[in-house]
Amino acid sequence: MSFKLFCTRAIASHIGVGSRIGFDATSSLWLKAGYATKTINLTSTTYPNTHRNPDFAKVSNSDVLFFRSIVGDNQVLTDDLDAYNEDWMRKYKGQSKVVLKPKTTEQISQLLRYCNQHKLAVVPQGGNTGLVGGSVPVFDEIVISIANMNKVRSFDEASGMFKADAGVILENADGYLAEHDHIFPLDLGAKGSCFIGGNVATNAGGLRLLRYGSLHGSVLGLEAVLPDGTIYDSMHSLRKDNTGYDLKQLFIGSEGTIGIITGVSILCPARPKSVNVAFLGLESYEQVQETFKKARNELCEVLSAFEFMDRGSQVFASRFLKMAHPLSPDDENEVPEYPFYVLIEVAGSKKEHDDEKLESFLESVMEDGTVADGVVSQDESQLRTLWKWRESVSEASTIDGGVYKYDVSLPLPKMYSLVETVRKQLGERQLMSQEDTGMPVVDAIGYGHVGDGNLHLNVCVREYNKKVETALEPFVYEQVQKERGSISAEHGLGFQKKHYIQYSKSPVEIQMIKDLKKHYDPNGIMNPYKYI
Amino acid sequence: MSSKIRILVPVKRVIDFALKPRINKTHDGVETQGVKFSINPFDNIAVEEAVKIRKHNKGVVESIHAVSIGPSKAKDVLRTALAKGADTSSLVDIGSKELDPLAVSKILKKIQEEQGSNLIIMGRQAIDDDAGQTGQMLAGLLGWSQATNASKVTINEDMTVEVEKAIDGGVEIVKAPLPLIITTDLTLNEPKFVTLPKMMKAKKKPLKVVRPEDLGINLESRLETVSLEEPVPRKAGIKVKSVDELISKMKELKAI
Repeated sequence: MSFKLFCTRAIASHIGVGSRIGFDATSSLWLKAGYATKTINLTSTTYPNTHRNPDFAKVSNSDVLFFRSIVGDNQVLTDDLDAYNEDWMRKYKGQSKVVLKPKTTEQISQLLRYCNQHKLAVVPQGGNTGLVGGSVPVFDEIVISIANMNKVRSFDEASGMFKADAGVILENADGYLAEHDHIFPLDLGAKGSCFIGGNVATNAGGLRLLRYGSLHGSVLGLEAVLPDGTIYDSMHSLRKDNTGYDLKQLFIGSEGTIGIITGVSILCPARPKSVNVAFLGLESYEQVQETFKKARNELCEVLSAFEFMDRGSQVFASRFLKMAHPLSPDDENEVPEYPFYVLIEVAGSKKEHDDEKLESFLESVMEDGTVADGVVSQDESQLRTLWKWRESVSEASTIDGGVYKYDVSLPLPKMYSLVETVRKQLGERQLMSQEDTGMPVVDAIGYGHVGDGNLHLNVCVREYNKKVETALEPFVYEQVQKERGSISAEHGLGFQKKHYIQYSKSPVEIQMIKDLKKHYDPNGIMNPYKYI
Repeated sequence: MSSKIRILVPVKRVIDFALKPRINKTHDGVETQGVKFSINPFDNIAVEEAVKIRKHNKGVVESIHAVSIGPSKAKDVLRTALAKGADTSSLVDIGSKELDPLAVSKILKKIQEEQGSNLIIMGRQAIDDDAGQTGQMLAGLLGWSQATNASKVTINEDMTVEVEKAIDGGVEIVKAPLPLIITTDLTLNEPKFVTLPKMMKAKKKPLKVVRPEDLGINLESRLETVSLEEPVPRKAGIKVKSVDELISKMKELKAI
């Protein structure tokens, strides 16, 4: 029951943040709200070209008996497994018959050794909040949930080193750290459900990346179980250690394909004591970049978020929020005519200092004309309201029926031209009109994390339509490839984008990934049918 | 008195209403270190209303003066008021002292006299002490009419003021000539964001600092905070298996 509750919450917060919404690799069909009541087709039905690997054994009664002897009867589930077979978007559904919930690393080691010997395929599962179908089985893989591994191991206030089991919920980890005036260096919409082990395994990006960097930098050590049962342990957490390959990096973003992460050691910064937000209107994308450049220079250490939105995304947000836009003049609710908007967050340790920095920065960009207009939050509720105008864009995109979503990384100067190119493409093919309800596409909008070079391109549609799909794919991926961008900036590959990796990785890179996978998981039992 | 309106808006600096205050270690107040402070939301609405009245009644409002009684950091809330549209402001710097509503009312009376204000718009309460007395006391000290908990304010052509207030089962409309005190309800208006150009202009607007001694007012507190305690946390409930069990449990607890 409590799991279901978490799910509902995850959906709400996921949508709120907008950075973690997925799309489907072959059809890009965004399955919009209302999924709570809909039954989900089996993944194997939706994707008939994916076949079960006949090399894998099927779970037998003797296997189940073995599992029970390891983790105890209560931690081997064989009934009511929907919550483990379905992803939160209700887009994928596996057919697993067994869910195992070990409590220790040693148990996981014994389970994996057994599965590897018996060629039983396995899906490691965290909070199951992924967006690319990576955390649920495709066929009858055994689910190993790390939900029972949920203890904080230690925290050292002097160094900020935090060690915990992989199954600790992100929000709980952050709450624990908050009591010690520290902050988890990662924040995302699903924080109430997702596990820190899953965050590391998927190399989650989120809202604090600009400030605190990616998990590749903040994770100091890991404990993980390899498919043959070997326990890899680098939890000793040295900030500097130049002896040999940095093996933990292999697991960060590996999406459960070479082992199960069971423990995380991560460096946590001091928690900012003051936070403020400014919301700006700008006349061009060049000025967005100029403002970013100046913000980095002048706000420097207090800059904690720099998000941009085009006007189209604000129009959708305003239809969704039904509030006056922060920059609209008195007594008017229309979104002003600025083509671009920017949200800047500053977070620091001293309010007077941070406010002064923000104010003098804003004054200088207003005076030299880089920024046309703007507001600053005067209290906490205004701060949250301003964030809403960024966070609601994702959910607002579906307001007319649905949305095709792309989460891409591009060089900053080229970032917005992808939106323009896609608009042109849809216009030329006569598929897009804001007024003509006979057209399938309403608008193509762009927004995202400028600081990370991460663009969210949403093609908002009235209906899903094969013509739209063929206009977009592989067109969008080709455009991204041309600029040497990434077709998946923060959502990962999972099941959805397994077949598109070649748009972002060279044949040499792909071969190296395959070699590594084969070396550590020769039987291919770890999270099969996904990733590569 | 001229037929122009001179508005006075008192604004208080309080712990941001979206945050949960914590009781300090000595149990005689709330923790203020490292906590975000903002303008009292009722006062924010009062400033907004003053600005609205000026906008919707061309040429009627002569001045809007904002005053805050508090520490020197209360300048922040005055800057907010100035950015929103107040013309001038003054801070009565009382350091870290906490004042009783009566002392506040006496100070405000002095400021009214100094400014020659004939309309005072203020929050019906501050969200820190929730006393909700200052408006009424000030009206008493000044001998003015008062309209409390305003949900709508209209200035008539004959310079009388009509105020709507939500009451049980309906709306009460009161009318009074100036001078008048209005206290604001949360429904009166929705404060707008402060734009950057206005914020920049506000920096050049006057902000005068006054010491309470200069006003000749005794700030001695008549009230003493004996102790401050958190509410007792709610105990976890239990599940009952049957109606009979429910009834017997309720009887046990003397609930029925």
